[in-house]
Amino acid sequence: MQCDDVARQLPAAVEHGVAVDADVQSHIETCLRCQAEVARYRKMLRGLHLLRTRFLEPAPGLLAQTLAAIEAEGERQARRAILSGHRLAYASAIGGAVVAASAAGVVVVVHRSRRRVPATT
Amino acid sequence: MTTNELPRERDELEHLVGAARLGDRFAFDELVRRTHVDTYTLAYRLTANEEDARDVVQDAYLRAWKSLPNFRGDAQFSTWMYRITANAAYSAAKRRRRHRAEPLDTMVDDPIELHPDLQPEAAAETSAMLDELAVALEQLPPKLRVLVVLKDVYGLSHEEIADELGISVAAAKVRLHRGRRKLRDLLYEDGASDKGLAHAM
Repeated sequence: MQCDDVARQLPAAVEHGVAVDADVQSHIETCLRCQAEVARYRKMLRGLHLLRTRFLEPAPGLLAQTLAAIEAEGERQARRAILSGHRLAYASAIGGAVVAASAAGVVVVVHRSRRRVPATT
Repeated sequence: MTTNELPRERDELEHLVGAARLGDRFAFDELVRRTHVDTYTLAYRLTANEEDARDVVQDAYLRAWKSLPNFRGDAQFSTWMYRITANAAYSAAKRRRRHRAEPLDTMVDDPIELHPDLQPEAAAETSAMLDELAVALEQLPPKLRVLVVLKDVYGLSHEEIADELGISVAAAKVRLHRGRRKLRDLLYEDGASDKGLAHAM
């Protein structure tokens, strides 16, 4: 096993809990260069983990803009809900009117057809 | 909002989340007030651009407001917000690739940093080391940076990251691997950082 082979595996191997090949492990134990490389990766990962505690303060105005955007979205949703309610009411009214008109049409047709039937003696 | 929230703080957040899930806008506004610095920090780490980070924060909270009724509460609100923010940042990066000619990791602004309360000397060393790391992170290609930030800074699992980015777990692992290697090269290529990092840690 060469240092280059080990180097290719280190980014994954340094993670806590990741199993390392026995070949890689035994090479690292005897190679100062690879031990230094492992130490570098571990420092880097510790640093990245520490970065989590470093907060960046947004420029003023972000909070107000975000809250305003949420409020606008809330209003949009409310309008949409009202409109969809109106649409449902319109659709129901139109549907009712169509049914009533159809029923009336049927009554008229039946009535006319009865009047046309000649009287039998 | 941190993964190690204090119990009282966590209880209050849970209470606010519960109220917001039932449609309480004021509770959601309060959640935004309490978590926006953390969300902005993640957005900035992912985008490496202040303007984009602001857009991502707004988009993330709008998405959170819309999908809050579906939040089951089996994860912490903070983790849930990380995932939404990551998704919003990923969508923003895709939109930007379509509309802009310049590379994604240019135009890096300098936001104000809040330093933890440490002993002055140790704080200065740690701060210098974190500065180096932050700068190196910003130089990573966005596709690799998102993996390193979400996994190594914010501690999300490979599965959570893959799910949010719409990629396979295997692809997430490969990108993380490449991201770490590239970051290592950026930090140690001239040997100067080695000394700084070794000192600070």
